[in-house]
Amino acid sequence: MSLPLLMFLAFIAATLGITYWAAGRSSGEKAFFAAGRRITGWQNGLAISGDYMSAASFLGIAGLIAFYGYDGFMYSVGFLVAYLTVLLVVAEPLRNSGKYTMADVLAYRLQERPVRAWAALSTLTVSTFYMIAQMVGAGALVSLLLAGSGIGYTTAVTGVGVLMIVYVVFGGMLATTWVQIVKAVLLMSGTFLLSVLVLAHFGFDLDELFKAATNITLQSDGAVVTRNFMEPGLYYKPPYGALDLISLGMALIFGTAGLPHILIRFYTVPDAKTARVSVFWAMLLIGAFYIMTTFLGFGAATIVGPDEITANGGTNMSAPLLAQALAGDVFFAFISAVAFATILAVVAGLTISASTSFAHDFYSNVLHHGSERRPGEEVRVARWTAFVVGAVSILIAIGLGPNANVAFLVGLAFAVAASANLPVILFSLYWKRFTTRGAVCGLAAGLLSSVGLILVSPSFMGIDGPEVAESARRMIQAQALYPLKNPGIVSIPLGFLAAVVGSLLSREPSAEDKYYELSVRANTGLGAEKAG
Amino acid sequence: MSAWHQIYSGAPYRRMIMQKKRAVCAMTVFFIAYYFALPLLVGYWPELMSRTAWGEANWAYLFAFSQFLMAWAIALIYMRFASRFDKMADDILADAGKSGPDGGGG
Repeated sequence: MSLPLLMFLAFIAATLGITYWAAGRSSGEKAFFAAGRRITGWQNGLAISGDYMSAASFLGIAGLIAFYGYDGFMYSVGFLVAYLTVLLVVAEPLRNSGKYTMADVLAYRLQERPVRAWAALSTLTVSTFYMIAQMVGAGALVSLLLAGSGIGYTTAVTGVGVLMIVYVVFGGMLATTWVQIVKAVLLMSGTFLLSVLVLAHFGFDLDELFKAATNITLQSDGAVVTRNFMEPGLYYKPPYGALDLISLGMALIFGTAGLPHILIRFYTVPDAKTARVSVFWAMLLIGAFYIMTTFLGFGAATIVGPDEITANGGTNMSAPLLAQALAGDVFFAFISAVAFATILAVVAGLTISASTSFAHDFYSNVLHHGSERRPGEEVRVARWTAFVVGAVSILIAIGLGPNANVAFLVGLAFAVAASANLPVILFSLYWKRFTTRGAVCGLAAGLLSSVGLILVSPSFMGIDGPEVAESARRMIQAQALYPLKNPGIVSIPLGFLAAVVGSLLSREPSAEDKYYELSVRANTGLGAEKAG
Repeated sequence: MSAWHQIYSGAPYRRMIMQKKRAVCAMTVFFIAYYFALPLLVGYWPELMSRTAWGEANWAYLFAFSQFLMAWAIALIYMRFASRFDKMADDILADAGKSGPDGGGG
């Protein structure tokens, strides 16, 4: 049995242990959906980090920097700064006025059924798209990391999918939280060790590392070229590079505060103050992590080299290959296991957010008008939803295959969150004149415009040359109608605008009356859901 | 007038909301301006930003790195403001006391 596989199994054993422990403590709604609201500030800070830093961050950004230098680091910056939006405007009022989902806040003073139905649709869209991207990535990656063990793509996808179902169905939010905490600790330690080794390689002289990064030789379109990786513009090229950067920035800055799987983490703590403290902890960890992505990326570019990485599995393998080059097979196995843990923690978070929204928003409140027919029904529905969401994701990921071009789904998730979710969350909390029609218009316009623009963007539409493999080709082989990779710059203003226009074209005195109540709740914590 | 409305229109609550709004708006406007200056400068003036500034590091890299410090600094400042607002909220709730809304159960 290969060393990476052994470490994977050790992690699986540990997380199944956590799930077994959590299973005994996850009966009842509050326990299943919100871990009893007993998670402490630093624990939730770690769990938010674990929920947020996906394999796309750990492997993807390290890879982007290893191949394009500076431009990859732009993601890192946006991923941290985005938490200011979470901290300043969303975390505390959400904790004070909601129960289990983002839609709780919207439904507070608006008409429950239309608002929850659209919010659930948006949540399921964000979570499943994000999940499919993670699953395809996971399958390709795990089969690559475990190349020596004869585990193929299909087995890897099925394994990841079954594990996330088990965590959520049996252990609920409590197991998910602790899997995320363990992953965050592993990820931070792995990244820290790698960074120290990279710096040691350059004699702990940052200037030496930067100097090496200004002079990277690689193959590009069949020719050998030398590039300066400290310079911007290698990934986001003219004519649309600058606009694409801004569009990406908007999706990150406004999208993070609308990601349902992040928002529901604030319901797991006892009060708004703890929610705030947990964001602060998360910002320290997430910031430290994203600064270190430079060392990982530049380290991989200078010590391993882009061509060597291409020959051994491609961009996503940059960090593991760097580990191998610096400290051999054991460290490679450890970093691979960290990547595996990263994937599992994120997909578990997505699964529980999708199932909570379906059970709480759609099943209980849209289909059954908020009256639970039998005790424990909402949890039962959530468990079934987790099973179905997991099974469907496994099937879709297997159907798409390991080479499918799905990275754009992550960008799409952020764009939908920024364009559909954030405007309505903000207006619910801060604008008295906001109405149900405004919420439905905002959610629909944000959701449809993001998805629509992605479909006609270069991620989905474009003419691939003959060198691109059949399975990796873009879905529509024609010139893209929308030139940017990210829809944010158009869809976010559209989402806000639709919410405003929809509100101004309607009147809802009951929503205005309830504004006082929501404001007082959101700002003082009076009547907020209690721990226990 | 409901009990919620009573708290809402009371002077201490109005004062807290005004101060909160001022602080949060100022910080939000600042961080958004500071953040979007990065893609603007790097996107439209890449040559300028590629000049070396400090050792081997260029302006683009230093400005990107400063975003991390900015985010942490704003977070710290907000945490300090927030504990003041916590105290104001506690006082408001204590005042509303027995006559306040019975919204305890949630």
